[in-house]
Amino acid sequence: MGEHKTVQRTPLGRVKGLGQHSGAHHWWVQRLTAVALVPLGLWFIYTLAHLAPLPAADVRAFLTTPLHMTLMILFLITGFHHAQLGLQVVIEDYVHCEGLKFALLVGVKFLAVGLGLLGTVCLFAIAHG
Amino acid sequence: MKRARPLSPHLQIYKPQITSVLSILHRVMGVVLSFGMVGVVLWLLLLSCHDTTCAGGVDWETSSGCYGCFQGFFGGFFGTLLLMGFSFAFFYHLSNGVRHLFWDAGRGYKLETAEKSGLFVVGISLVLTALLWASILL
Repeated sequence: MGEHKTVQRTPLGRVKGLGQHSGAHHWWVQRLTAVALVPLGLWFIYTLAHLAPLPAADVRAFLTTPLHMTLMILFLITGFHHAQLGLQVVIEDYVHCEGLKFALLVGVKFLAVGLGLLGTVCLFAIAHG
Repeated sequence: MKRARPLSPHLQIYKPQITSVLSILHRVMGVVLSFGMVGVVLWLLLLSCHDTTCAGGVDWETSSGCYGCFQGFFGGFFGTLLLMGFSFAFFYHLSNGVRHLFWDAGRGYKLETAEKSGLFVVGISLVLTALLWASILL
């Protein structure tokens, strides 16, 4: 057999973003990021508590060792992805004005990507500086 | 303009339950943590800041004016309170999140189980938050 899932979709529907909404994909990625964030989140909280009273130079030295920098970047990427997916559901639940909903969904997605990248770049900047 | 159709009352009718309250709390904590993530990036941004002049020529090596200010705020009363709030949000969302993952695996749906696990989640969140802050402050 091996047939691909058939989706009823007109060209206009595709452009408007209707149909084939990858709900199951969203659900899975939300769970995967959640599972990853259990150890990553705990590591982050523990690290932050330990770093909080230290002077900036010590914090920088700690964060830019290969292991800690990797964990921090993983935390940023996974955290922002999980947050974006969660906020998406919240927006879809409460915002019914289509224009506003679209703007918010796009905005959150852009912010998640932008801020995640910014955090990562900061770490490289610290490591380089 | 479309006239809004009447909706069935819900919040005005249903008595708050452990299940429903913990559910909305999970969502609220999630939103709170999203703001927390922005704060994390702000922290990293300030750490990376080479500007030594904002607090009057503070040395980049030992400390940075902006970062020192940031540290000072969060070391203070309101800053600490804020951090405690964020840490509770984290532990609650984490614990209730695990509770959700059990449901995703198909387990724990019996009402009695769900209520017990809910109480456990609240308890463990408070305990973990207390333990974290005890280790920081004491």
